Amino acid sequence: MAVATYLTRVSGFWAAAMLPRGTRARAALEAVPISILMSVIAPSLFLAGPAEFIAGCVAAIAATRLPLIATVAVGVGAVVLLRAGLG
Amino acid sequence: MLPAILAAAPFGLLVGALATAKGLSPLEAILMSALVFAGSAQFVALDLWTEPVSWVVIGLTTLLVNFRHVLMGASFAGRLPTTTTGGRGVAAFLMADETWAMAELKARQGGLTVAYYAGLGVTLYLNWILWTGVGAVAGAAIDDPARYGFDFAFTAIFIGLIAGLWRGSDTTWVVAASAAAAVAANVVADGPWFILAGAIAGVAAAALLANGNGGQATEGEP
Repeated sequence: MAVATYLTRVSGFWAAAMLPRGTRARAALEAVPISILMSVIAPSLFLAGPAEFIAGCVAAIAATRLPLIATVAVGVGAVVLLRAGLG
Repeated sequence: MLPAILAAAPFGLLVGALATAKGLSPLEAILMSALVFAGSAQFVALDLWTEPVSWVVIGLTTLLVNFRHVLMGASFAGRLPTTTTGGRGVAAFLMADETWAMAELKARQGGLTVAYYAGLGVTLYLNWILWTGVGAVAGAAIDDPARYGFDFAFTAIFIGLIAGLWRGSDTTWVVAASAAAAVAANVVADGPWFILAGAIAGVAAAALLANGNGGQATEGEP
């Protein structure tokens, strides 16, 4: 496990040296972080249930105004309330 | 950094408790967290853990769940202000989801230093090991994280990070494409493929929208 994980972490550093330049390539590369972040949480937000989806929306709104720790607190609090309320 | 530390705690505890439930000793559980340092992969692997261990199954699953690291590393390599191979090697090992996301944000704001990355990386690394140890020793004390919403803390952190990385109207399409592709892939196929599908969709959307003017399309044609 450790070797496989480290391999994935380190190979990106090598690959970057061989990537093409250009506007589209740069835009694509810049989009990598946010695409991965969204992909990882998409099932838990949209396929888990109404409580998770609504709590996610609440957290998203909080994220536009509050610092990260507050966003997390709001999200967790919302999901607890919604899970209790929606069964 | 504090949100990531606090959010990691329940997961570290859970990894520790799960590991001992599957028959690992506390020392083995800590070792796993110390060597692998990848929560989602550790959860999936523990789920599949059998005695004797199937190296092929565990290794392959790990490669898939952690594949995102290849993309993360590629996007991050240019921003890391250290060029020594050894330095990059250590940086690579410490690159966990939260560390990477926060470092990306800092780099975008123009202030990524080796000290910041090292401090962040090492702190989260030691933190992860610590909580795994506590969880392993405490056993199955936490039986239902869902009751306390702990499982949602991870999602909430990522939502916050996504908001921080937002860059304008094009981002809406990138995020929507990623979400749609990830959801579709997850419905169609089990396993970690949805991460790859969503990432490819988001990157493709960004590439399609880049039209030589940078990310923002101007109103009105010349």
